[in-house]
Amino acid sequence: MTLLKIENLSVEFPGRRGVFVAAHDVDLTLAKGEILGIVGESGAGKSTIGNAVIGLLEPPGRVASGRVFLDGERIDNLDHGAMRRIRGRRIGMIFQDPLTSLNPVETIENQLVETISLHLDLTAEEAARRAVDLLDQVGIPDAAIRIKQYPHQFSGGMRQRVVIALALCAEPELIIADEPTTALDVSVQAQILDLMKDLCKKRDVGMILITHDMGVIAETTDRVAVMYRGRVVEIGDTEQILGAPNHDYTKSLISAVPRPDIRVDRFPLVTYIEDVQERAPDFNIKDHWLGRAREYGTDTGILLRLKNMKMRFLTKRALLAKNRIFTDAVMDVSFDINQGEVFGLVGESGSGKSTIARMITGIYKPTGGQVEFSGVDLTALKTRREVNPWRRQMQMVFQDPFSSLNGRMRVLDIVAEPIRFHKLAGSENECRDIVLDLLDVVGLGRGAAEKFPHEFSGGQRQRISIARALATRPRFLVCDEPTSALDVSIQAQILNLLKDLQEELGLTMLFISHDLPVIRQMCDRVGVMKSGKLCEIAPTETLFTKPGHDYTRHLLSLMPRLGHMKV
Amino acid sequence: MCFMSMLIRVCAATAGAVMVKTAMTMFNRTSDAFARFLDGDIWYSFCRSPGAIVSAVVAILMILASIFAPVLASQNPFDLGQVDLMDANVPPVWMVDGDPRFLLGTDDQGRDILSTILYGSRISLFVGFASVAVSLLIGVGLGLLSGYVGGRTDAIIMRIADVQLSFPAILIALLIDGIIRNILPKESHGELALYVIIFAISISGWVQYARTVRSSVMSEKVKEYVQAGQVIGLGGVTIVIRHILPNVLGPVFVIGTIHLALAIIIEATLSFLGVGLPPTTPSLGTLIRIGNEYLFSGEWWITIFPGVALILLALSVNLLGDWLRDALNPKLR
Repeated sequence: MTLLKIENLSVEFPGRRGVFVAAHDVDLTLAKGEILGIVGESGAGKSTIGNAVIGLLEPPGRVASGRVFLDGERIDNLDHGAMRRIRGRRIGMIFQDPLTSLNPVETIENQLVETISLHLDLTAEEAARRAVDLLDQVGIPDAAIRIKQYPHQFSGGMRQRVVIALALCAEPELIIADEPTTALDVSVQAQILDLMKDLCKKRDVGMILITHDMGVIAETTDRVAVMYRGRVVEIGDTEQILGAPNHDYTKSLISAVPRPDIRVDRFPLVTYIEDVQERAPDFNIKDHWLGRAREYGTDTGILLRLKNMKMRFLTKRALLAKNRIFTDAVMDVSFDINQGEVFGLVGESGSGKSTIARMITGIYKPTGGQVEFSGVDLTALKTRREVNPWRRQMQMVFQDPFSSLNGRMRVLDIVAEPIRFHKLAGSENECRDIVLDLLDVVGLGRGAAEKFPHEFSGGQRQRISIARALATRPRFLVCDEPTSALDVSIQAQILNLLKDLQEELGLTMLFISHDLPVIRQMCDRVGVMKSGKLCEIAPTETLFTKPGHDYTRHLLSLMPRLGHMKV
Repeated sequence: MCFMSMLIRVCAATAGAVMVKTAMTMFNRTSDAFARFLDGDIWYSFCRSPGAIVSAVVAILMILASIFAPVLASQNPFDLGQVDLMDANVPPVWMVDGDPRFLLGTDDQGRDILSTILYGSRISLFVGFASVAVSLLIGVGLGLLSGYVGGRTDAIIMRIADVQLSFPAILIALLIDGIIRNILPKESHGELALYVIIFAISISGWVQYARTVRSSVMSEKVKEYVQAGQVIGLGGVTIVIRHILPNVLGPVFVIGTIHLALAIIIEATLSFLGVGLPPTTPSLGTLIRIGNEYLFSGEWWITIFPGVALILLALSVNLLGDWLRDALNPKLR
């Protein structure tokens, strides 16, 4: 029985530079008790569909054409008042960020009771009882006590449970969940997805689950719609879409998801998404300025050695030493990285991975321990003049492509800055040529030089960032979550690029990620980190097949699997 | 005194040299930058904001009028040879006894009011722009230092700022003005009054810049592009000047515009109180004070017209600043 029917829905955002069509002739249906996934990459129009259904399009967005029926009744032409009665009462919403979707100055009880009494005709006592009941159902222990608490007393996962309870308050027929688990750690994600699945089946509620994550789709949904640039390109049973996709885009999207089970050389079929400029066929990187990294010698053996690294941050300042409070971000970490190796660091957020990267590259000054690079103890060098020749040999690619480039500088100047600073080019003309070649090498094309960063997408910006890192001709590259802010197919393209560069230039790499499948695709050896300590170091294959530490096993068990994927 | 004027000259020369150099390096990109500006959001927002257009037109007209005062004015009111006491207290031209030579009438010494306004707003605007420039240099410099270095340096600079903020700006300006007047020999007062008042207003205004820049720097310096600079090996000064400064200038322009109006008003207030510019180089404030004495004897035009000019100038610049703030920060709308 059809619960929600969307017919020819088009949504447009009129702007300065013409009308942007965010959703184009979308047709969807949803049955009672069914979970429909909408999957696609950023800008594909997934959230727009959800927002259009509940009438919460951000201005100046508007529904240009099409009709939306809820239980046979047309709802897209209702006025604000009527729509407000449907929202919450008949359609519940779950938003992405549990940290901001609850009111921080009201207790959980007040927020739940307010919503309940707004929609249901209950006495205050009944509403309060129902609120406790709801919290109980979403799996919050000691609901009667915890309901008196404020949102900040709940963890991220618990807060998302509260948000789900809030969405269930008035027993809606339809729930729209927009990236409900994206802000959560994997271990929490699994629990929340199970909970939502369970509630839908038990209460016969229809749910639209909007996500970019193929793993979430595979584990939760009955049917899935794949969106690409505002259009639904494919819709069908989850099994069928994931197992035997028809549309080229779906195929490329699925093939771009890093596989946790085997290591592949390159990600296939990822050119569908964003055009990559191929470099000229006669371009030989070994003869080029870039390839002259060999000047460092080709010695094998250990390139980087960390000895007993410690880092503590001051979290509470005080005049007296005894009143200061510190956090130990990294506690006594030691490991070696061999020449030409890709070493992975994996762990959940806050485990100290990035802090280690920043201590190696000299952004943070370690509280204790030594960084030995090529046999030289960098922590013992005092002046910048002494350290700089070594720093030049190690560069870093950052996580956030939007904040890691100075928006006021042209791409040419961004990439040329390290060359100019270290005087690696004889003249300004030579420097310019090198930059243009570099942009070619990272697949952006020479035309990019005169543009500003805001003219590029996230993936392209990450390429600029890689070009900048290569501009000092480093032999050691630190990649700190280089793809975690990117869409999955863009991630595949960037990972391909990094792999190629690593091979061609013989780079040694420290690759940091929270994503185990990505680590598996990229790294030779892996270190697992948990709350500032290193649990285990093992070659990648061993780590994935015979994990030695309990925590590693725990992480592996949470890894989303797309089991039945055949491409 | 000699030292002071030399210092000022040296500063002006250095500033000039720096500006010429920047202009040279910027030259090949100027036309391109202008094209981008016309294409950008600021210009778009400007074209769609009638208030901003009207204020910009008024402000630019007044600035142009004051720059070309010697051409536009019918007489130079401070050249005693051109002033005739016989023309004293002539009312505006549309009133009985009006004289077509004096559109807005004359004052007690026979000076044409319109001409005095043109010459007066010249001085007011000069004081305004100069004070804003000096304030901006001090404030942005200290703000960058405070925000980037942090720790004790930050604490000291910001506590000084807090103390200064607990006094009204006009009081600080009065205080500095008074102190300098006491230090300087009496005979140089007239000559140096202009620079003293610029200095006083500048010192009273730097805090706003420093605070804003400091907080922007603190949020910018943790961004990854700054860390990328550190990884390259750049020194602190290079990172601050080349990377952070261009990213924190937006709000500084807003404060600068609003401060311009404020500086003009402070100068007018000081001059009105008689501690600002002497009657030999009258600004709008001085003119209002002079006219004020005749307000009750019926010669209202001597004080009202300079007052209207001051209001128009301050209001248009202020509205322009308000618009700029909204345009640069779309979230406020």
